[in-house]
Formats: sequence, C-alpha cells, structure tokens
Amino acid sequence: MGYMSKVLLSAASGAAMLLGGQLAPVQAQDGKDANFVPLFTYRTGPFSGSGIPIANGMRDYLEMLNQRDGGIGGAKIVIEECETGYDTKKGLECYEAVKGRNPVMVNPWSTGITLPLIPRAAVDRIPVLSMAYGLSASADGQTFPWIFNPPNTYWDGLSVIIKHIADELGGLDKLKGKKIGYIYLDAGFGKEPIPMFEQFAKDLGFELKLYPVAATDMQNQSSQWLGVRRDKPDYMVMYGWGALNPTAIKEAARINYPMDRFVSIWWPSEDDARSAGPGAKGFRELNWHGVGTDFPVLKDIQKHVIDKGLSKVAKGKEGEVLYNRGVYNSMLIAEGIRNAQKLTGKKAVTGEDVRRGLEAINLTPERLKELGMEGFTDPLKLSCADHNGHGAAFVQEWDGQKYVKIGGPIKPMEDKVGPVAAAAAKDYVEKNAGWPKRTEACDSK
Amino acid sequence: MLYRETGQFKTSYKADMAVFPIRQDRIGLAVILLLAFVATPLFGSAFLLSAVMIPLLVFALAALGLNLLTGYTGQLSLGTAGFMGVGAYACYKLTTFFPEVNLIVWILASGFFSAAVGVLFGLPSLRIKGFYLAVATLAAQFFLQWCFIRIPWLYNNNVSGAIEAPVRTLFGMPITGPHATPELRYLVVLSIVALLTWIASNLVHGRVGRSWMAVRDMDIAAELMGIRLLPTKLLAFAVSSFYCGVAGALMVFLWYGSAEPEVFSISQSFLILFMVIIGGLGSLIGSFFGAALIYGLPIVLKSLFPMLGLSVGAATIEHITFMVVGAMIIGFLIVEPHGLASIWRTIKQKLRVWPFPY
Repeated sequence: MGYMSKVLLSAASGAAMLLGGQLAPVQAQDGKDANFVPLFTYRTGPFSGSGIPIANGMRDYLEMLNQRDGGIGGAKIVIEECETGYDTKKGLECYEAVKGRNPVMVNPWSTGITLPLIPRAAVDRIPVLSMAYGLSASADGQTFPWIFNPPNTYWDGLSVIIKHIADELGGLDKLKGKKIGYIYLDAGFGKEPIPMFEQFAKDLGFELKLYPVAATDMQNQSSQWLGVRRDKPDYMVMYGWGALNPTAIKEAARINYPMDRFVSIWWPSEDDARSAGPGAKGFRELNWHGVGTDFPVLKDIQKHVIDKGLSKVAKGKEGEVLYNRGVYNSMLIAEGIRNAQKLTGKKAVTGEDVRRGLEAINLTPERLKELGMEGFTDPLKLSCADHNGHGAAFVQEWDGQKYVKIGGPIKPMEDKVGPVAAAAAKDYVEKNAGWPKRTEACDSK
Repeated sequence: MLYRETGQFKTSYKADMAVFPIRQDRIGLAVILLLAFVATPLFGSAFLLSAVMIPLLVFALAALGLNLLTGYTGQLSLGTAGFMGVGAYACYKLTTFFPEVNLIVWILASGFFSAAVGVLFGLPSLRIKGFYLAVATLAAQFFLQWCFIRIPWLYNNNVSGAIEAPVRTLFGMPITGPHATPELRYLVVLSIVALLTWIASNLVHGRVGRSWMAVRDMDIAAELMGIRLLPTKLLAFAVSSFYCGVAGALMVFLWYGSAEPEVFSISQSFLILFMVIIGGLGSLIGSFFGAALIYGLPIVLKSLFPMLGLSVGAATIEHITFMVVGAMIIGFLIVEPHGLASIWRTIKQKLRVWPFPY
C-alpha cells in the first residue's frame, strides 16, 4: 500500500492548487489607511545580478519612509515583493496575484512584462511605472495615460551619448567621417535605438557598425569583439543588460579598446566594471542620479533601515548605481502617492488617484532638497502630455573603484527625439486598432 | 470500492476496445469535464483562471504535441518552443492581414503553418536518430528564434520587436485584449484543448498511432511489417508541430497578450520536454499531469507559505520552490521512471482490486 500515500499526496497537491488560486489574493492592507505597493523583483535567475541591488534600493527607500515618517501622509506603505525571475510568465502571474488587491501601481522592471501590461493598465486602472525602460513611445501621455517612463527614454539616452561623443571631439560636425560601433542586446530593447542611430549617422556623416549579441550568447562575445578589432571604430556605444555588460567590458579590456571611448546606456553596475579588472578603468556610462551615500536620503536609509537590520543589502553595497536607481524609482512611487493624497484629500489612495499623482510630479530643486536628494538628481516635471520628462543625463567614468561623474548634465536632442517618439506612439495606436482615446481628465492646466 | 466492475459485461468487440472500457472511468471523465467547463469558470477566481488554469492548459497542449512526437513516435525534439513560436507569429500575421476572420479560425489555421515547418525540420529524421535528431531539432529552435528576432515583417515592424495581440471578438464579446474576461478566455482555451485532446486520443488509438508506436519500438521491424518510415515520421512531426503551434498561438493571444521572441527560447523547449518526461512518455493524460506538476506546483508552493502564516521573502520562496520541485522530480523519477501517468495507472489498478490486493 505504499502507493496510497502517493494518492493522498497527489490529491492533496491538486486540492491545494485549487485552493491556492482562490486564496492567493489575500488581504492587502493590514490597517485602515495603507497603500499597497507591490514590487516585482528578481533576486533569482540569470538577471539577479542587476535585480538584487534594484530590489534592495526600492524596498529600502519605502521601508525608510515607513520607519521615519510612518509611511506617506500618515498612511503606511504595505510593501510586498513578488519574484519574477525576469520571466514574463511569472511576471504576469505576479500581476494577476496583486491586481485585485488595489495596488497603487506596478513596477514591472522588465520590458517583456511591461508590454503585456500596457493595454491592461487602463482597464484595470493600475498605472505602470517603467522607469527608463519598457516602451519608449509610452512617454506620450495623451496616448498612454496609464504608462509612465521617466526620466528619459532609450532614444533620449542615445542622443545624449552622441552629444557626449561630439563634445569630446569638439562639436557635432567633427563626427563626420568617424566610425561608431554599436554593441547591443539583440532584442527589442537593443534594437529600438537603431533607426534613430542610422538617422544620426546620415545627418552627421559618421559610419555606424552594428554588433548584435543574441540573448543566448551574452557571455560569448568573442566574434563581436573580433569584429570590433577589425573595424576599429572610433567610439563604441553599448545597450546591454544582465550578463552582456560585464562580458562586453571584459572583452573590450582584453582587446585593449580605449575605455574612455566606450560609452554605455545607464545599466552597467559597479560589479560589471569591477569584474573586468584594472583594464576597465575609464569605462563610461550614462546616469541621471548620484552614486555613493553622500546624500541625506541615503544617510536616512542607513540610519532607519540598514542599521536596524531591516535591509537585505550586503554591507557597503548601498549607494551603488543600481541600488540608488531603486531608491530613485521608489522616490517616484512615493511622490506619486503623495501627490495623489494631495489631489484627493484621501490617505489611502487608489491606482486611479496615483495616475493623477504621477502626472503631477514636479521635482523642483526645493522639493528635491526636502526629499534629501539635493545634488542627487536633476529636477523633473511630468505633465498629462509628457509622461517622461526627457530629463538630462550625465556621463560617469569608472576609476577602478567607483563611478565618478564627469561633465555636467547633457540634455537630450529634443528636436531629433520628439518626432521619432511621436511617430512610434502613432504607429502603436494604428497597429492596435481600437486603442482607446484618452478620456482621463487632466489636473494640471 | 471506487471501481466496482461487477455487472459490466462487454458484449461487442467495440465495447471491449473502447478508450474508456470501465463505466466509472467514463463517469469520472464526465465529472472532470463538468468541473472544467462549468464549475471552474463559475466559481474560480480571476487569478485561478488567468494565472493558473489558462497557462496549465496551454502547457498541457504543447506537452501533448511533443508527446505525440517523442512519446509515441520516439523522435526526440528540442524545437518545441520554436514550433510554438511559428504558430504564434503565423496567427499574428494572419489576424492582422485578415482582421475580419474569427480569431479561433486563425488559431487553428496557424497550426498548419507550424506543421509545415515541423515537416521541413523533420526531414532529417529518416537518416538520423536519437541524440543526433535532437541536435537537428535544436537547430530548428535556434533558426526559428533567430527569424523571430531578425525578420521585422514577422512582427509588422513594431518598434518594440514584440507581437501584440489585437482585440478580437467572439459572439460580440472580446476574447483577446484587456477587456476579455478570464472566464471567456479560459473557456476558449479549454474548448480548443479538449477538442485537440479528443482528436489526439483518436489518432493514437487508431492505425496512425499504432504505426507511430511501431516505429518507436523498433523502426526496422515496423518497416518490415509494411509501415513506410518517412511518411509516418513526417506525419508525427506535422501533427506534433500542429499542436505546438496552436499552443503557441493560444499562449500569445489568450494568455500573454503580447510576446517578445525571448518567450520562445530554448528554455521553454526544455520546460515542455520535462513536462513530457515527468508526465509520462507516450501518455495523453501524462501531458496534463506533467504540465500540472511543473507549472502548477511552484504556484502552489508560493501560496503555501503565506497560507501557513509564514513570512518568507519572495526570493527565498523562489529558491525553496526550485529545490522542492527539483527534489520532487528526482523523487518521482526514482519511484516511477515512466512518469506520473504510470503512477496513475498503478493507482488505478490497485483501486480496481481494492480492498483485496493480490
């Protein structure tokens, strides 16, 4: 009768599965006035190297608000992580699990998860905050009232990189006759900037060389870098994620590519550069917020969260690029909630309120000072039409130990980026016949 | 006690050879269908329907397709996700070209595109066998995924590089897009899966299935008996890819809503192969068991900890899930190397003679 136990086991697991489905959306709010902020994180899987610091930063900032201020506007923040493993399947499962529990917004932290959520956001009345990733076209608030992707898009990033290279050379006209290589993740994210890159190449007269890296080959880029060695591009631009970044930096160091001419979009972390050894010195990337802990907001996190043992962050890892990015992300969440409370007068707000709150985000220098973020980041203002802000970014350089900011903020080339973004939004609407017109009222003038 | 077969006499060959010869099995199947078609959509939560049942059925269908090829015909394939992708992209192209045609027609039609591609990559199967064939189908997987990334025509030049399910209706109600109710989506998926399972059951119990199994058990003997190997193997590739293609189309249109090429990566192929192996090679019900175990168990475990009132980090649960599922897979395979379907067969046999085992 050894099999009887197995019968019971399988029956029990079947029953548990059915019940589990029913019971998963359990109560979201322990108190009366609380706001439920689900965090979609990935501390496991192949992308956890980037996912862990982001998750820690996001969580610690919100936890700090809970500890220091008792939440936002007197309402506690209920923080709950849902592990996605950067897997669209699990991300959608997380979304289904939280959507009935009145989340104020979702942060998918994966383009693959963001895309299916874009049409659902308006129906489920849950805003999506995809901070500087996701669908670049969703910066258009008139078309995508429920999607927010501040503070810049990948297209903005590209124009900033081009401007930075031009500054190095001494003017946009100096790009003529140069050769720029582009190494990128051969997926939607890496391919998105290519049409614009080609346009820049045509307008400014430089030659563009493409080095795609398939997602399955992120850790094997020898053929791409062989191509780089042969073509000898004057500058290299990188749009990578996960294991692509450290591998590319390592390979670049191996072929002695001049690192100060290797500029990346904002995703490589300290670990990515550090793993390439001293050869990585001089590697450059974009960023829009400070690194390190010399900011009041990070001191508060250390005091109220890390020193109390409430954080999962490893010692000394707070203040790293991606950790601070998580902090920035959570600051946007908190501002959205705070504005929503101001607009509605309620303490516990809904997704609908927070959508309005996000549109009302206005990070003036004074506001940043109040938030303890003076010098941490540049002012940002969103509106009903502009869900992105298209803020400035700066370049930071790896000095072998840490990233050091070089040069001031560079504004994206609005004249080049604007039409591309508008066309992309229009294209999306055309391809998704029946895309709803914006009916949401606008709070700011 | 469950199986009291007293009085069930077979008076014809037809009755004797029926797929479900025991009356209790037929009742059981009716109850399951009733539960699936009526009770689940009526009483199931939105989470149960859209995050558990729909994925489960989609995976079961894909596993079923692979089982026809690997379990019944003995041809190892690692291209499942690629074939699913063909179905998904074919359906996307078809429904954007001809939006007025009902989506269900296109979901089923997209299976034929997948079948054609499957036949193409099945051609080497006459010459190469076993692991070598697996490598050939691996090539299909990589080639197809490369196509999904590199041919902009396939995704209508979308800037995001992903395909997005447009809104389509059935009887005036949306079945895709954000307004589609989980109940309706579930019922559509369930109907298609039930229909295709019924067809598969008829296939494997008939001449075609017998020739497949003959080829699987010993291809030379099968050839000597007069089974033509190439058409038989190619038919298996075609039918298998058809099922996978339909599963892929269902996945993108009725579950995900939009998909990047990354969805159809090799890891998906392996996942489905594991479902087939754990569920039981050469068993239809095994495909459902396999999908339930591999896809369902992590969800159960995830909701188990909060249910027990334990506060464990999301990542810790994920790690525990990995370990438990891994251990269970090894455990099941040690106890029963022929998969869950075989366990089920044994249980049933025991139940039939219970309480007097011999």
